[in-house]
Amino acid sequence: MKRYSVFAIAREAARYHMGWERAWASPEPRASYDAIIVGAGGHGLATAYYLGKNHGITNVAVVEKGWLGGGNTGRNTTIIRSNYLQDPSAAIYEKARSLYETLSQELNYNVMFSPRGLLMLGQTHHEVRGYLRTVHANALQGVQTEWISPQRVKELVPIINIDGPRYPVLGALYQARGGTARHDAVAWGYARACSAMGMHIIQNCEVQGVRSENGTVTGIDTSRGFIGCRKLGMVVAGHSGQLAEMAGFRLPIEAVALQALVSEPIKPCMDVVVMANTVHGYMSQSDKGEMVIGGGTDGFNNYTQRGSFHHIEETLRALVETFPMISRLKMLRQWGGIVDMTGDRSPLISKTPLANCFINCGWGTGGFKAIPGSGWAMAELMAKGEPGPLAEDFSMWRFKEGRFIDESVAAGVAH
Amino acid sequence: MLILTCPCCGVMADETELSPGYEAHLKRFGPGSTPEEFEAYMFARKNPKGVHFERWRHTYGCGKWFLAARCTATLEVFGTYPAQVSEPPADIIARIQARRPDWKADWQPDGKAPK
Ligand SMILES: Cc1cc2nc3c(=O)[nH]c(=O)nc-3n(C[C@H](O)[C@H](O)[C@H](O)COP(=O)(O)OP(=O)(O)OC[C@H]3O[C@@H](n4cnc5c(N)ncnc54)[C@H](O)[C@@H]3O)c2cc1C
Ligand SMILES: [Zn+2]
Repeated sequence: MKRYSVFAIAREAARYHMGWERAWASPEPRASYDAIIVGAGGHGLATAYYLGKNHGITNVAVVEKGWLGGGNTGRNTTIIRSNYLQDPSAAIYEKARSLYETLSQELNYNVMFSPRGLLMLGQTHHEVRGYLRTVHANALQGVQTEWISPQRVKELVPIINIDGPRYPVLGALYQARGGTARHDAVAWGYARACSAMGMHIIQNCEVQGVRSENGTVTGIDTSRGFIGCRKLGMVVAGHSGQLAEMAGFRLPIEAVALQALVSEPIKPCMDVVVMANTVHGYMSQSDKGEMVIGGGTDGFNNYTQRGSFHHIEETLRALVETFPMISRLKMLRQWGGIVDMTGDRSPLISKTPLANCFINCGWGTGGFKAIPGSGWAMAELMAKGEPGPLAEDFSMWRFKEGRFIDESVAAGVAH
Repeated sequence: MLILTCPCCGVMADETELSPGYEAHLKRFGPGSTPEEFEAYMFARKNPKGVHFERWRHTYGCGKWFLAARCTATLEVFGTYPAQVSEPPADIIARIQARRPDWKADWQPDGKAPK
């Protein structure tokens, strides 16, 4: 792998940019690998990366049915924060957020992490109380957040209307080091680093079956034939139910559509991320000037990556009330992704009923922010066969045991 | 927009009139069941990519619960039927089989993945 640097740019500028090499290789699959990861989204690629970097396991393939980063990783609105309520969540999301701080340097790939600050508006007294509780919890967890007044909100976000008729802004939960990153770059950066370690990223290869002997996984059937493995990691977000069915078990997960949209580009007007969970909308401004907008999920099982129009309408209605100046904005693009929702709105990083088969899923509407921490924890689980401190609370058996990690109460919209 | 005909009042209802209730034909397990049975009933879900049977409530209409057969991969609706049955009626099954010849009935409510 040739390093990217200012010298590389100068060198290439001098020779008409003819010397850039491909960021990752597209090899033919081997007959078998020490570990196979299914799903080349951020979580799958990060898992492979930390398997190599932290545990020295590099005979690894990442198998992807489409193109890498083409799932939810390439469809999300890139909000990064770690102001969760429960200790296990705060631990893994803060690990991820802190890894994001130096990820560009580590991967030698600009993931454009922008810790521009993030506000979660309190618009009902119930919500204010909930966020005050989160601020206190975060103080104990070592996650830096604070509760700020409506006036401070107005200073940070001049375009906001703090005394709206229905839901005036009563304050906000503020995480100064929250923000955004470039979603594609996160997938591409990890993919490039994995490829440089000799791992295989095999795109356009759909997993169609999981083979096992005596309750232990032996490999996968794919659209490009059988590939053997000693360990299997299933990291397929919305398609987790399907993969679990291939491996012979069920998950506490429903797949539903979540949509997002962006406006035409406008001049810089908002340099923080604002989430309004009571009215179900959130917004940030991309470097290109587009307002990036998201809202709530659809309420029924859906694999089409298309959501219902009335949800977009609800989201925009809420945001126009909160940011009156956007009422004349034209929306450019709208899309959907299939998110994997668990009952307690927390992920699974877990062993499964099938030996040597591991699962990482259930990140639902909010897993982009978790990618580095999740990959770190999943790699440890796969390498050692047992969860480390970051993953141990996220076992799939917590539902049977009644040990929920209840984040749906902590944040209505959990991005 | 998803449109379902409510079998209780006969209205063709827009999605905005309805509340989704997820997987239908679950067999309930309560006191006296094993933790595995209770977990399977309470949490483990089929969540199929394809034919699915689900509960819906005509919230902003007659208010009643009913069941629907739908394809989650295409959003095609095969039909709706009253909730007072433990498995889908024959006419719904026939309609699904006509549209999806490869589909195998798998609504047995034991919480286990079909083999
Ligand atoms: C509209 C929207 C907005 C969002 N906004 C945010 C946000 O602001 N902040 C945030 O933190 N999170 C957000 N999320 C959630 C976030 O996008 C996801 O949690 C995260 O990207 C999941 O990453 P992943 O790697 O697990 O899944 P994915 O990126 O979906 O990757 C899974 C991969 O598995 C592949 N796959 C599936 N089945 C198979 C098979 N049979 N064989 C081989 N490959 C297979 C898929 O093609 C896919 O590429 C949002 C999601 C959506 C949809
Ligand atoms: Zn009705």
